[in-house]
Amino acid sequence: MGTVDYAVEMRDITKRFPGVIANDRVNLAVRKGSIHALLGENGAGKSTLMNVLTGLLRPDSGEIRVRGAKAALRSPAVAIALGIGMVHQHFRLVQTFTVAENITLGMPRPRFRLDMAPIEQEVARFSAEYSLAVNPRAKIWQLSVGEQQRVEIIKMLYRGVDVLIMDEPTAVLTPQEVRELFETLRRMTADGKTIIFITHKLDEVMEISDRVTVLRAGRNVFSCDTRDTNPRELASKMVGREIGRAPQRPSVAIGGPVLELHELAALGDRGITVLNGIDLDVRAGEIHGIAGVAGNGQRELAEVITGLRRAASGRVCICGKDMTNSAPRSIIEAGVSHIPEDRLGMGLAPNLDITLNAIMKRYRSGEMSRGPVMDEARARGWTGDLVERFSVKTPNLRTAVRLLSGGNSQRLLLARETSCVHKLAVAVHPTRGLDIGATEAVRSILLKERESGVGTLLISEDLEELIALCDRISVIYEGRIMGTVGRDQLDLEEIGMMMAGMATAAKGDERSEASV
Amino acid sequence: MNALKLVFEKREAVSPAYKFISPLLAIVMSLVLGAIFLLASGFSPLKVYYYMWWGAFSDWYGISETLVTSIPIMLCALGVALAAKMLLWNVGAEGQFHMGACAAAWVALSMPGAPAWQVLPLMVLAGMAAGALWALLPAVPRAYLGVNEIITTLLLNYVAIYWVEYLVHGPWRDPVSLNFPLSAPFSDAARLPFLFGTRIHWGLVFALAAAALIWFVLGRTKWGYEVTVIGENPRAARYAGMNIERNIVLSMCIAGALAGLGGMAEISAIAGRMTRQLSPGYGYSAIIVAWLGKLNPWAVALVSVLFGGLLVGGYSAQVIGVTAASVNMLQGLMLFCVLATEALGRYRVRIVREVARAGKEVGVDG
Repeated sequence: MGTVDYAVEMRDITKRFPGVIANDRVNLAVRKGSIHALLGENGAGKSTLMNVLTGLLRPDSGEIRVRGAKAALRSPAVAIALGIGMVHQHFRLVQTFTVAENITLGMPRPRFRLDMAPIEQEVARFSAEYSLAVNPRAKIWQLSVGEQQRVEIIKMLYRGVDVLIMDEPTAVLTPQEVRELFETLRRMTADGKTIIFITHKLDEVMEISDRVTVLRAGRNVFSCDTRDTNPRELASKMVGREIGRAPQRPSVAIGGPVLELHELAALGDRGITVLNGIDLDVRAGEIHGIAGVAGNGQRELAEVITGLRRAASGRVCICGKDMTNSAPRSIIEAGVSHIPEDRLGMGLAPNLDITLNAIMKRYRSGEMSRGPVMDEARARGWTGDLVERFSVKTPNLRTAVRLLSGGNSQRLLLARETSCVHKLAVAVHPTRGLDIGATEAVRSILLKERESGVGTLLISEDLEELIALCDRISVIYEGRIMGTVGRDQLDLEEIGMMMAGMATAAKGDERSEASV
Repeated sequence: MNALKLVFEKREAVSPAYKFISPLLAIVMSLVLGAIFLLASGFSPLKVYYYMWWGAFSDWYGISETLVTSIPIMLCALGVALAAKMLLWNVGAEGQFHMGACAAAWVALSMPGAPAWQVLPLMVLAGMAAGALWALLPAVPRAYLGVNEIITTLLLNYVAIYWVEYLVHGPWRDPVSLNFPLSAPFSDAARLPFLFGTRIHWGLVFALAAAALIWFVLGRTKWGYEVTVIGENPRAARYAGMNIERNIVLSMCIAGALAGLGGMAEISAIAGRMTRQLSPGYGYSAIIVAWLGKLNPWAVALVSVLFGGLLVGGYSAQVIGVTAASVNMLQGLMLFCVLATEALGRYRVRIVREVARAGKEVGVDG
């Protein structure tokens, strides 16, 4: 019992999923009464580690100790019984129930007669104690996102949790709500409770945490007391340094702008501003990369450009023409192709066959129909060509797309999107989830596009990919462009800082600062 | 402590053979379940089913009556199936049918002296237009505001049915009808001709033509392609630049027009005047038929005939004392079984014996 001051210790946790090791001998020791930040990019293994700790996943190997004692976390109920609870990014609340009803939901007591009064009193007590202002009788749908988060926290407190995991809690909050949340977290630690704070925002790590652990690609890369580190160091740990210089590519004459965004703003699905004054351009023959941690407005950016989401203000100009809030069809016809993030959910219709998917953007043109009647033979002939040219491996053209491998369905999507006459390609995570061969194929298609004079906006979380392909990289953070760097002046550390929301001065200023 | 647990697992893909068998399975299952109810109410199920079969299919008269009954069901069900292809639940075929009948009756009653070549085409047009309009009312809010069409189409049925009630009790009541809620009879010119010397009428030709047209449009045209993509993945359709809102309105209106045509054919050929009981729920049977037919127009046509037989057979079973409600129940069971077999196609059910974990095992042991 030599480790009494640790609330939670995770030792050599390994968790494999088919094809990936999500956690590779990861260690995490969290002191009692502290706020411990868990930092890392998407896919670094933070969520897997926390799912292990909350009993949702079982590790393949490794040991977990809770308050010094070895624990077998077989299910979330066991984790809760041991005082470990999590507030997820997406809340798990019943919209039509009141706050108090949500809090008592799933509790074994009271067994039969549900008397809300004592529960409401208890909620009020937690509210007062930890400055979690919320009306216990309000229905969830009446509450703001920040208030709903408070309900989730009270729910955990009510269940006696004293190790609280917060999964990117500030992603959905306004700055004022972030202040209030931090106040609550400080009160909780002052009261002896322990917080694990998952984030990728460096300023928050610096402000709120006592200690920080950085994960990258499923492994521990760094751990220290927050006061002994600085944002620059954390950014470089988070992004990694193993990436080399940008490889050579044939030079291409850069033409005029094919896409210009002016002061573009848009709302997200929850009605919160997710794009906040974006200024950006993409020129013919250029690949312009957008780097950033997921959820900073990338998806919405692609949707606004392609007409799938309304711009709240600002302008989208395609080839010099103002196309703000035009219908998707007009934007397609203006020469914009789109490789969406969600291949099977948006880019393809998985239950339909290859031909029906391949002609999705072509069927309107006269070449595949006579009047309103489709010419099936021509559609199949054209698709056959396409499948051969892009080496999509499939038994035949009547095969449903859902039966294709990830790489082959992405090839089909790219084949369709690059085969029509277009001037701008918007590609969102085009290689995510693909194996090395398929990734190479997709990248070479994108480079060929560039050589043929197409301007590409490449949105990706994979810095290596951006560096390999892009002429310029802009960093998006909370719906703003933090800065843009050219291919010849890439500085990973700087990109890492911007991705984590730390404003960096322009290059020149920084050098002079460093020389002082 | 051992506990038996039912586990539903999603299947990778629905097997093609099952797709074909499942409607038959649904019919057999509903007959078996229906037999239990019949037994409980003191009838021999075999005898009842035999009477139903005999009444509907044993002789030329039965078959012709079955076909007559299947006409309005077929027209309504083709519309329901077309809308369902776009993931829309048109529960309003009943109302669209009534409004179609109403508009056709209005044409017939306002042109008593006109020849058939004038009045019948106008009745067809009026019936289809009224049905389309009745479907347009819920289609527009569904397309542009996302208002749930299941509820709006259903509720508009009652409006349509009470509108008909109002007309036959009020302004359209025939003064010589001895206070029965009936309109004046149509002129002979306004009666859709019968075929083959039976009560089978031109509506059957309309319905089969509609099935052929829908089959062609869905499988062979650009618009049919859009409907297919929208039905499979609306997000992909929007991404590909298809106008989903317009297509929702359009397919609902076509569905309404078909049901309206059904109403026109029924009132013109069979009723010959406006009456209260135009439909024993054809528009609702149509929903079951559309799904039993897996939304395929030819299969829908075939299942409509089976359903016509069910209704006609139901009448002859009443001869041995089975109530009309029993036939309704059998229809309901069929819908239930269709939905059940659909679910079984997509999920595999397993019974799992598992050792329940007691709370005490759990927790700290170090």
